[in-house]
Amino acid sequence: MFEKTEVTLDELRHLISDRAVEGDTVLLNMGPQHPSTHGVLRLLLELDGEVVINCIPDIGFLHTGIEKNMEAKTYEKADVMTDRLDYLNTVGNNLVYCMAVEKLVELDVPLRAQAIRVILTELQRIASHLVWLGTHALDLAAMSVFLYCFREREMILDILEMCGGQRMMATYFRPGGLWRDVPVEFEDAVRHFLKAFPARIDEYDALLTKNPLFLERTRKIGVLSREDAIRWGVTGPIQRASGVAHDLRKAQPYSGYEQYDFIVPVQTDGDTYARYLVRMEEMRQSLRIVQQALDKLPYGPVRSNNRKFVPPPRSELGTSMEALIHHFKLWTEGFNAPKGGVYVAVESPRGELGVYLEGNGGPNPHRVYWRTPSFVNLQILPILSKGHLVADLVALIGTVDIVLGDVDR
Amino acid sequence: MNEQLQNAAQALKEKFGTEMVEFRGDVTLIVSSEKIVEVCRTLRDEFGFELLAAQTAVDYWPELEPRFHVIYQLYSLAHSVRIGLQVPLQGNAPSVATIESIYPNANWHEREIWDMFGIRFDGHSDLRRILMPYDWEGHPLRKDYPLGYEEVQFTFNYDEIDRRKPYAKE
Repeated sequence: MFEKTEVTLDELRHLISDRAVEGDTVLLNMGPQHPSTHGVLRLLLELDGEVVINCIPDIGFLHTGIEKNMEAKTYEKADVMTDRLDYLNTVGNNLVYCMAVEKLVELDVPLRAQAIRVILTELQRIASHLVWLGTHALDLAAMSVFLYCFREREMILDILEMCGGQRMMATYFRPGGLWRDVPVEFEDAVRHFLKAFPARIDEYDALLTKNPLFLERTRKIGVLSREDAIRWGVTGPIQRASGVAHDLRKAQPYSGYEQYDFIVPVQTDGDTYARYLVRMEEMRQSLRIVQQALDKLPYGPVRSNNRKFVPPPRSELGTSMEALIHHFKLWTEGFNAPKGGVYVAVESPRGELGVYLEGNGGPNPHRVYWRTPSFVNLQILPILSKGHLVADLVALIGTVDIVLGDVDR
Repeated sequence: MNEQLQNAAQALKEKFGTEMVEFRGDVTLIVSSEKIVEVCRTLRDEFGFELLAAQTAVDYWPELEPRFHVIYQLYSLAHSVRIGLQVPLQGNAPSVATIESIYPNANWHEREIWDMFGIRFDGHSDLRRILMPYDWEGHPLRKDYPLGYEEVQFTFNYDEIDRRKPYAKE
């Protein structure tokens, strides 16, 4: 069964230039174990001296078969796997999956749950951008920014831990609402963060935005034109840095985003520095959204009252026969969803995060497809890196902001 | 339904005989496999669906007629609307034309569908496996592919499992 097959250069012949065959250029392997590829990304590089002629990404080292595994679970249990896709945007993955299930079975979400979902996804967006900023600056040899960013990220992870009991993989959003209401300390913790964080962004600004070394490494590096951005279907900050003012929170508002006042930052240069500016401004805008959502956070339930899909509260189990039956049915068999497919997309820190969910009348999904932004955005790396130095390639991997769990699924 | 979407669905119905399905507010057109490239070109050039948002497939095994649906999600930046396309494919080893010439980012999407479902894309520039190892057998997301587990190695079964491992032995 396991016959040994070798990949020869013939199979990759159409991807490299004739000069490589003549021995004029060098083929070099970068990764998958390389600190600046941000995970297990392998790149096959064709180099002329230090200049990148061709860059061929090789992915799949973190492929975990999440889509296949989800087909074998009930709708509610499959929610647990969603955190593991993009591990820097865990609640965002929960959100899009829950929205897809809610659309498929026509389930309403209470207003309080929607507002808390917005607060947490925006905080998560800031946390994700902090990891991007820290590692991106580290790749460009600015060590201290990395330490500052992770210090602030810790404040956000504390808030997530307070809500869901875990720093990262909490599965806090469930179809029909939230796992439970936020604790009483939640509001104070978020307000403390809102107060402290603007000064910290100014600090990063002071360290990088006008730093000549940083400018030298990012300006005019990896320019992506507006046409290419649209043709290659990139979304998120990369698309907005190339002059396309598109944000799903504005274009197709979900979870109550239409009530909040915020700006979609756009730059037109399309280079690494423009993408840096867009993400920095996005963090400030996320703070504004969190502030508004927290100020008018409504009171009320955080789970839908539809007992055919959402389990009853534990307190009812001892007194109500109906509640016990629903609890038993939902946790053993799960609920049935109708035949048909829905596509739902949200704006993750990296771009359009979409789920195509298809039901078959039974308790398990027939197909769950994840349209992950990193997978699509990584395709432009060969275009961005053409003609740049190997040292700049490191900056370009950072600026595309991939999460390998999101690429390989 | 959005006016832009209605116009597009109407025009494509007249020109290519596509069938429209609406489910939970999502509009999907059923397109026959030989017309998919022309339908995409029309949608992009005449109706402004310039973004290929997603492309995937669904397996309906044991049903064979059709066994697979290839699914496209197109997005219009100017009108903020989505339209879905579905291409039903017959049999166990189907193929369909690539839409790489219209949306270049279909390249990786189609490689993934080939890898996971074994659907060939005619005219594709680089149809290799993308997520699974290059020497993998089978297509994991097919419904007749088992959801298997690797056996846990203990001292009592170590040799037996080791014999089956595909690394070079002296």
